[in-house]
Amino acid sequence: MTDIASAPKVVLSVEELRVDLVPAGEKPIVRNINFQVMEGETVCIVGESGSGKSVTSMAVMGLLPKGSLAVTGGRILLDGEDITRVSATRMRELRAAGVAMVFQEPMTALNPVQRVGEQIDEVLRLHRKWSSAERKKSVLDMLERVHLPDVQRIYRSYPHQLSGGQRQRIVIAMALILRPRLLLADEPTTALDVTTQKQILRLIRELQDEERTAVVFVTHDFGVVSEIADRIVVMNRGELVETGSCDKILSDPADDYTRMLVSSVPSLIPRCGPIEKTPKVLDVVGLSKTYGKKGFGKSGNLVHAANGVNFTVRKGEITGIIGESGSGKSTVARCVIRLTDPSEGAVLVNGNDIASTNNLKAVRKKVQYIFQDPYRSLNPRRTIAQSLMEGLVNYGMADAEAYAKAAETLELVGLPAGVMGRYPHQFSGGQRQRIAIARALVMKPDLLIADEAVSALDVSVQAQVLDLFETIRKRTGIAVLFITHDLRVAAQICNSIVVMQRGQVVEAGTAADVLSAPQHPYTQTLIAAAPAPGWDFQNFRPSRAV
Amino acid sequence: MGVFILKRLLSAVPVLFMVAVIVFLVLRLSPGDPAVMIAGPNATPDQLAALRDAMGLNEPLLTQLFVWLGQILSGDFGVSLVSGQPVTHLIMDRFGPTLSLSIVTLIIAVVVAIPLGVVAAWQQGKLLDRLVMAGSVLGFSVPVFIIGYTMILIFARILGWFPVQGYKPLSDGFGEFAIRLVLPAVSLSFPYIALIARIVRTNVIEVMNEDYIRTARAKGLTERGVLMGHALGNAAVPIITIIGVSIAMLIGGVVVTESVFNIPGLGRLVLEAVLARDYTVIQSVILLFSTIYVFINLVVDLLYSLFDPRIRY
Repeated sequence: MTDIASAPKVVLSVEELRVDLVPAGEKPIVRNINFQVMEGETVCIVGESGSGKSVTSMAVMGLLPKGSLAVTGGRILLDGEDITRVSATRMRELRAAGVAMVFQEPMTALNPVQRVGEQIDEVLRLHRKWSSAERKKSVLDMLERVHLPDVQRIYRSYPHQLSGGQRQRIVIAMALILRPRLLLADEPTTALDVTTQKQILRLIRELQDEERTAVVFVTHDFGVVSEIADRIVVMNRGELVETGSCDKILSDPADDYTRMLVSSVPSLIPRCGPIEKTPKVLDVVGLSKTYGKKGFGKSGNLVHAANGVNFTVRKGEITGIIGESGSGKSTVARCVIRLTDPSEGAVLVNGNDIASTNNLKAVRKKVQYIFQDPYRSLNPRRTIAQSLMEGLVNYGMADAEAYAKAAETLELVGLPAGVMGRYPHQFSGGQRQRIAIARALVMKPDLLIADEAVSALDVSVQAQVLDLFETIRKRTGIAVLFITHDLRVAAQICNSIVVMQRGQVVEAGTAADVLSAPQHPYTQTLIAAAPAPGWDFQNFRPSRAV
Repeated sequence: MGVFILKRLLSAVPVLFMVAVIVFLVLRLSPGDPAVMIAGPNATPDQLAALRDAMGLNEPLLTQLFVWLGQILSGDFGVSLVSGQPVTHLIMDRFGPTLSLSIVTLIIAVVVAIPLGVVAAWQQGKLLDRLVMAGSVLGFSVPVFIIGYTMILIFARILGWFPVQGYKPLSDGFGEFAIRLVLPAVSLSFPYIALIARIVRTNVIEVMNEDYIRTARAKGLTERGVLMGHALGNAAVPIITIIGVSIAMLIGGVVVTESVFNIPGLGRLVLEAVLARDYTVIQSVILLFSTIYVFINLVVDLLYSLFDPRIRY
């Protein structure tokens, strides 16, 4: 810092930022936020849902929803210009050219009815007075810089013709084509598979190094943070908790909240031993599911969502199926409860094949399902009591008895029975997932299927729900089929693990074997792609095992 | 795509067959005797019997049905029971006015309704939006004949800008043709403007909450650019759907409008045929309308794939 000429320039400076509801509520949504981002630097804003991290980034972009949120105090300086005070026209000029944004959902961030090339071209049309040939050349160059193959074809493609990773590359190309000074990335890899995530993170870093772009990376995932951050800003409930260098925050966080947040990141080291002696609750033999029409002798459109899948779940065992999107893990789960009819193979529940039974009512009593999104899996117009009792009453239980059972189960998942009269919207995401678990457990099933049941939850809540699964397994001896894409989660909870890729099981074994000594190249790739494999978050130090 | 069109055309066959059977049965089972209508009140029972016999009305119902279906398949739609003219001629004569009225009405409706809907969506909750929405309730709920007579009173009788009634084909000159279509088409378009504007507004508002709209704003687009460039195209599918439905509803609307403005179109033809129990005419016109409707549905489905590249057949 002694040499002024070579000192990095401050690109973004957020000073005493305050964002209020319109009209102002009792407490500002975001208050007293201070941080700076230098040229070529990556600053991660980390926080759980409701921490105000996204609101902060939208404020920097000048994209707070009009009429409901507004900056009411402080300054946001972009290269010294206070963007909270510039005119609407100047703000539009700054967007894309000065500050650009990459969003969380590549699936929905692109206009579905426009070719992606034209969508990138639009940025140039708005901000540059170039001929269409110049623009086209620039777009194709940019597509190559984000390492897309066959750029001519990609230019003409619609978003739905591209994969999630390719779409995110398009969004990045769109954001960086004007070489903005600042890139805001709001959870840009959260919706992507780990291997894709790794590529996208590398790409952002590469482009950043070329252009000396300042990057603000908003995320909830400490794994990602530890890989990319130069500095970290921790937020909680609209306030800035702590800022510091990446090393400092990960190894020696000063604030209790930061400590809790960092240590909630599940470890990659498997915790649970194998279970071998108990009887098999679920035995899946040669299960296949084929989508697409057979007919007129054509087989071109057949999709093998699951192909010859074998695995077992024993009483008291938690078996994880891990795999990326499209691996067929959810198809298998849906076949096990017969939400989907298997094309081939047997699904033995307590020794009875349910693959082709017509008595689904009996199947559903033994097997229960917990879905990914607790916000949408509970009927918003039914009280908790109604949701919990419905299954029991369907199977002929008297109302009073069902009510008692429901109350009992709620206490098992850590909620007081007093909340039975409330509606789902009155609960937080974690509480809703507890209710969804209670709804499944109240049926006293032999097998519980949890399909990405903790993926939508914040890490601290995730840790609690994982503990809950473990407690329930110990107390009831239930067998659990646990579907997840997250190796860290699988390591915390599973006794045995099945790895799936493109509809096939590529590796299966005890959690310890699969995660610590993976045999199949795909499993090895997955483990290598998991963010921060070398950091033990619980103990704030590099891990020794990996 | 070709296979899809072929399949859809083939699937129209059973639909039209069922329409034909239902129309036939409903007409025969409803009260009223065409022979009495034709022969007049002074006919003797013998004359009536002979007339019935000649018209084939004494045959069993099923025989009549199959005779009729056979004739249709060979392209013979029969002759009017009342005037004795071939039904095909009657329909051809009346088709032009109705087609002109429908097309002009539809153009007015779409051209007015889409901007209104977009403006209402843009100004959601503000005065302009409320005005458009209040107007749309009014436009949808006031019967067409009231709008029609009111417009005749104001623009034809008081202001004298347009002729009161009547129709001139395009072959008599565009001016003559157009000036007589303005009032009927405008009054007929009211409910469709109301309906389409509402659908446009709802869908544009919905689309404006999508992530790609935020992306568009992040590019530095103006609100107008966002609306026109990104929102409207994505709201197109439901808008096209409702326009297709409107065309189907128009068929009902023209009956009233043609009577109010004395236009010699298909609507009037149906009305006259129903009053006279002219079975052959009613059956043929309804079959024609059904065919048009099946065809419009096909066109709407094909338009979907034009506006939304995710839809492919």
